[in-house]
Amino acid sequence: MKPLRRMPTGLRTRLVITFTLVAVTASALVAGIGYQLVRNALINRTERAALSDVTRTLEQITVPMGDLWPGELPPTSEELAEVQKTLGGPGREVIVRYQSTVYPDRNLRMDDVPGEMQGQALRRLVTQRAVIDGQVWLVIGTQPHRTARDGTIQPTGMTVFVFVSLVEEQRLLADLREGLAQAGAITLIIGLTGALLSARRVLLPVRRLGAAARALGAGHLDTRLPVHGRDELARLSATFNDTASALEKSVSELRSLEAISRRFVADVSHELRTPLTAMTAVTDMLREEAERLPGAPAEAVHLVLHEIERLRVLVAHLIEASHIDAGTATLRLEHVLIADAICDCLEMRGWSDQVRVNVSEGLSISLDPRRFDLIVANLVGNALRHGEPPVMVTARGTDNGLEVKVRDHGKGIPPEAMPHVFDRFFKAEAGRTRSDGSGLGLSIARANAQLHGGTISVRRQEPGTLFTVWLPHS
Amino acid sequence: MCRVAGILLVEDDPSVRTGLELALTRQGHSVTAFSTGEEALDHIRARRPEIVILDVMLPGIDGVEVCRRIRRLDQLPVILLTARGDDLDVVVGLEAGADDYVVKPVEPRVLDARIRAVLRRVESASSDRISFGDLVIDRGALKVTQAGREIHLTPTELRLLLELVRHPGQVLNRRYLLRVVWDHSHVADSRLVDACVQRVRAKIEPVPAEPVFIHTVRGFGYRFSPP
Repeated sequence: MKPLRRMPTGLRTRLVITFTLVAVTASALVAGIGYQLVRNALINRTERAALSDVTRTLEQITVPMGDLWPGELPPTSEELAEVQKTLGGPGREVIVRYQSTVYPDRNLRMDDVPGEMQGQALRRLVTQRAVIDGQVWLVIGTQPHRTARDGTIQPTGMTVFVFVSLVEEQRLLADLREGLAQAGAITLIIGLTGALLSARRVLLPVRRLGAAARALGAGHLDTRLPVHGRDELARLSATFNDTASALEKSVSELRSLEAISRRFVADVSHELRTPLTAMTAVTDMLREEAERLPGAPAEAVHLVLHEIERLRVLVAHLIEASHIDAGTATLRLEHVLIADAICDCLEMRGWSDQVRVNVSEGLSISLDPRRFDLIVANLVGNALRHGEPPVMVTARGTDNGLEVKVRDHGKGIPPEAMPHVFDRFFKAEAGRTRSDGSGLGLSIARANAQLHGGTISVRRQEPGTLFTVWLPHS
Repeated sequence: MCRVAGILLVEDDPSVRTGLELALTRQGHSVTAFSTGEEALDHIRARRPEIVILDVMLPGIDGVEVCRRIRRLDQLPVILLTARGDDLDVVVGLEAGADDYVVKPVEPRVLDARIRAVLRRVESASSDRISFGDLVIDRGALKVTQAGREIHLTPTELRLLLELVRHPGQVLNRRYLLRVVWDHSHVADSRLVDACVQRVRAKIEPVPAEPVFIHTVRGFGYRFSPP
């Protein structure tokens, strides 16, 4: 199927064009027909009046001519000139031809009479409109007849051409045209205005609908439209409102469900902490005692201790994550020497020997030390667990903040897993069902960086993985 | 009031109480444990312990209130056991006069280190008295007096003040203070320092809101420079 050719213009322009076209066509049609009617009526009237005038005048002529009666003398040129004068009048010119003599008028000559008329006029009364020297004339041509001696009616041999000027009619028609053109222009303006107004009337709700849909898309789910009248647009607005309400309802249901589940996670984590505290309290004692136990029971105790430690990390991360989710996490900014902060972080966790640190001396920035510690600890912990040594941490100041890089030299993360490394409980290797990590570390690191207005990105290296943290100057 | 060396532990959950009691006893401390603040307060009046370890969430009067009541009578060290590290109860607890806090679940080693840090005796310099106006700090007798009246400071507060006084005019950052006063060797909570400075100011400054002895250097730390 051929794609529809796109209209290059908007709905408003299309509406205006259509409206204007209809208005112009209608008014042109009316004006044209009206003009034709008036023009015909005017010219017919002038023609009838001129004809009857000419006929009447000719009937009154008594000058003998043609087949003469006894005692009659052929007409003299004075008599013919008199006939010419009688037929004439204001706005009229008359040419009289008697036998071969032509009595032309002031401005017109026999050549001005249309050729075919000269012959036709001998037989009957003919009329024709002609343009002579740019002026419109009604030309009436005829040959008067006379009763001959034998009682028959014979042609007189005199042909008369009366030129009736149509200047006045032309002027009237020109005035009419001008008037019609003005009326047309006014109609066009009214049409355009009407089109614009109605386009506005139609488009305003459409535009409002568009804005409302955008607002809805931007998350303002309480967006509603006023519904006026009962037309299609009103029904559309009502439908929009219903949709928005339904959306708002289901989103708020989802949100409350989400809040409930978040609350549940937070509560569970907190509840887990009490038994964990009791267990943690006796871990050191158990560890020492285990040394005195035989193989299997000692192994059992170590297993319990190891799992308590894992549970501790998991619960701590869950609490951290639920804090971030609840939006209650806040920044407590302090001036921090980065080298000290990184060294403290590694030392506290016993990682100092396994990590190479390269931080410029005296590099300091304002940040939340506890959260920075979490970021570094989670990235380094991840590198130590999943990567291969050497694990390197470098930090440098940039124009707009601080850049910390954590690099390991392991197998690296599979490319298809890259977009998900910051997802919660995401495990890069499908086969890996157990790990000492909580599965939340990287997501917590990223959330803490974002809390500072910063970012964490990950890139594959040959070999290994590079995490880059950027924190802006606050 | 007879002075008995030992730890007073206040914790309502029996398992946690037993666990901590076992661990602390094993580390060589003498522990007396209670499950409510009221009982603990009664006991303190009768037999003053060396240190109090106080759970914040307690039935009846809570840990913060217990701490506040202890401070009304005594400057004995208090460590709070809190459920959350960056919660409001930490701030409130420190304002109420707690010397340090640990977040549950706490490793016995860490708790032991904190206890020892708080109980660490202030090393007394022999007969060393410095006076700043009417504020007299006797580093021999470990006594602070103002206009002849003795000011009671907790051991932590005293250590902080002495540390600041030892470096007059010098800015000491929070990390340094945490290390020398609290023995915290890692990134710790600087709110400890801030709260302790507030408490010392409340005791020695004529107008605590406009300090003349301990000045805040924004973003860095504190400086002792007497008027």
